[in-house]
Amino acid sequence: MRFMMLMIPKGYENAAPGTMPDPKAVAAMMKYNESLQKAGVLLALDGLHPPSAGVRVSFAGGKAKVTDGPFAEAKEVVGGYWMIQVKSKEEAIEWASRCPGSDNETIEVRQVHEFSEFPPDVQEAAAGFPDLKA
Amino acid sequence: MTPHAVIDAVWRIESARLIAGLARIVRDVGIAEELAQDALVAALQQWPESGVPRNPGAWLMATAKHRAIDVLRRNKRFESKRAEIALELESRQEEDMGNDTGDALLGLVFTACHPVLSPEARVALTLRVVGGLTTDEIARAFIIPEPTIAQRIVRAKRTLAEKKVPFEVPAGDELTARLSSVLEVIYLIFNEGYSATAGEDWMRPSLCEDALRLGRMLAELTPREPEVHGLVALMEIQASRVHARVDRTGQPILLLDQNRALWDQLLIRRGLAALERAAKLARARGPYVLQAAIVACHARARTADETDWGRIATLYGELARLMPSPVIDLNRAVAIGMAVGPQAGLDLVDALASDEYLRTYHLLPSVRGDLLAKLGRAEEAAAEFERAAAMTRNARERTLLLGRAAACKKP
Repeated sequence: MRFMMLMIPKGYENAAPGTMPDPKAVAAMMKYNESLQKAGVLLALDGLHPPSAGVRVSFAGGKAKVTDGPFAEAKEVVGGYWMIQVKSKEEAIEWASRCPGSDNETIEVRQVHEFSEFPPDVQEAAAGFPDLKA
Repeated sequence: MTPHAVIDAVWRIESARLIAGLARIVRDVGIAEELAQDALVAALQQWPESGVPRNPGAWLMATAKHRAIDVLRRNKRFESKRAEIALELESRQEEDMGNDTGDALLGLVFTACHPVLSPEARVALTLRVVGGLTTDEIARAFIIPEPTIAQRIVRAKRTLAEKKVPFEVPAGDELTARLSSVLEVIYLIFNEGYSATAGEDWMRPSLCEDALRLGRMLAELTPREPEVHGLVALMEIQASRVHARVDRTGQPILLLDQNRALWDQLLIRRGLAALERAAKLARARGPYVLQAAIVACHARARTADETDWGRIATLYGELARLMPSPVIDLNRAVAIGMAVGPQAGLDLVDALASDEYLRTYHLLPSVRGDLLAKLGRAEEAAAEFERAAAMTRNARERTLLLGRAAACKKP
C-alpha cells in the first residue's frame, strides 16, 4: 500500500517567496528521510515553494481562472510530501510519528488509490486514456 | 489505532535491526530471533497499559538484552564465549549502535540467505527475520500451510546453528558469491508475487512489494554493488506493470497488449535511476543488470511498436553468454522473431525443442504457438497453445492459453 505523508507547516500559507527552511531542521529531517530510505519504504519526496510563489487555478463556471498567491482564504497549505510504500495504515502512521516535526507542523497521512480499488466504470474510463493520448 | 496494531507496525519497522543487533551479540540468528520475539511478547503485555515508549526500538532492544543475560546464564552453548558476550552486552548502548547497525543488518541478510539452506528455507527465513513478516503472513503469501512455514523456519535456524554458520559479512571473492545467493532469494520472492507458480491468482502484488522493500534496503547497505542496483531496477520496472498485466477479471494481459498508460511511471523512473547507478559503477554487466536493461527497453517504448527488439535480442545474447540457459535462448528467439521476423524466431525455437529442460516448460509451446500464428499456420498454433495450457500449473495462465488456442481455430 502506498501512503502520502503531507507536511503542513503552520504559517507557510503566509511565508514570503524564497523562504528557506532552517538548516538545523533540515539536518534532522535529512536523517529522518535517510531512515525511510534505509528501510526501503521511501518512493519519493519533495519540498514545495511557499504559496506566495504559486498560483491557484479555479474553474468556476467551467472556465479556468488564475489567482496569484498568497491565498487569503488558505488556513493550511502543503509544504512538502513523502510517498511511502508500507504494509498497513498503522505502519504509515508509525513512520509519520517518527518525523522530527516542530510545534507548528502537522503531517496528514493519506492512502494512495490503487487502480484495482476503482469500480469497473472508473477503471474503464482510466483505461480509455491512452487512446486519447495516442 | 489499537495498541496491537501499533505494536505490529513497530515490529515491522524495528524487527530486522533488533534481530541483527542481537545476533551480532549472541552470534546466533535463531537465538536472536527468539530473544526479539520475547521482547515483542513483553511489549504486547506492557504497552497496552503503559503506552508505547518514546523510542520503541530502544525499549525492545533493552528488553531483549535482559532476556539475553538470562539465556546466557542457563545455556551451555555459550559456556566458552560467555564472558566475552556478557562484556559486549554491557558495553553496547543502543545509541552507539548507529553506524554499525548497517553491518549487523547486512550480516543478518547474508546469514538468512546462506547457501547451506535450501532456497525455500532462505526465502522463509529472510521474510521472517529481515522482512518482519509473521509466519502466518508468509504462509498466506505462498499458499502453504502455516505449520509448514513455521517448521521450515525452525529447521533453517537449527541448520545455521549446527553448521556453525558465522554471523558476519563475507569479504572479497566470497562476498560476490554470497551476494548472488541473497539476490536470488529476493528475486525468488519477487517472482512468486509477479507470476505465481500456484494458486488461483496470477499475481500476488504484496510479495512483489516485500521483495522490493528488501531490495531497496539492500541497495542502501551495499551501494557499491552494481548487481544489487540491477536487481532493484529489474524489480521496479517489472512492478511498474502490475496494474496493466491483468484485466478486471484477473485474466493476464501479455506485455505487448498492455495499456501502457497504466504502467507506473514513478516505479519506471526509480528503475531507470537504479539502472543508471549500476552503470556508473562501471564494471562488466552482470545478469541482473542485463535483465534490467532488457525490461528498460520495454519501459522506454511509448508504444509496443516502438520497442527496440534488436537491442533486446543483443542483450539476451549477452545474457546467454554470461549464464547459458535454454530459457534465455527462448527469450532471445522471441526478440529475434520480433526484430527479424517470425520465421527467424521459429527456426531458433525449433532448434531448442529437443532441450531436456524445456520439455516441461510451458512457455516453449506458447512461444511456438505465437510464432506459428504469425506465420498463418493457425491449426499448428492452436495445438501448441493447447499443449502449453496443459503444461502450466497456473489456472489464470491456462485460461489465457486456451483462449489463444480458441482464437486460432476461428475461421
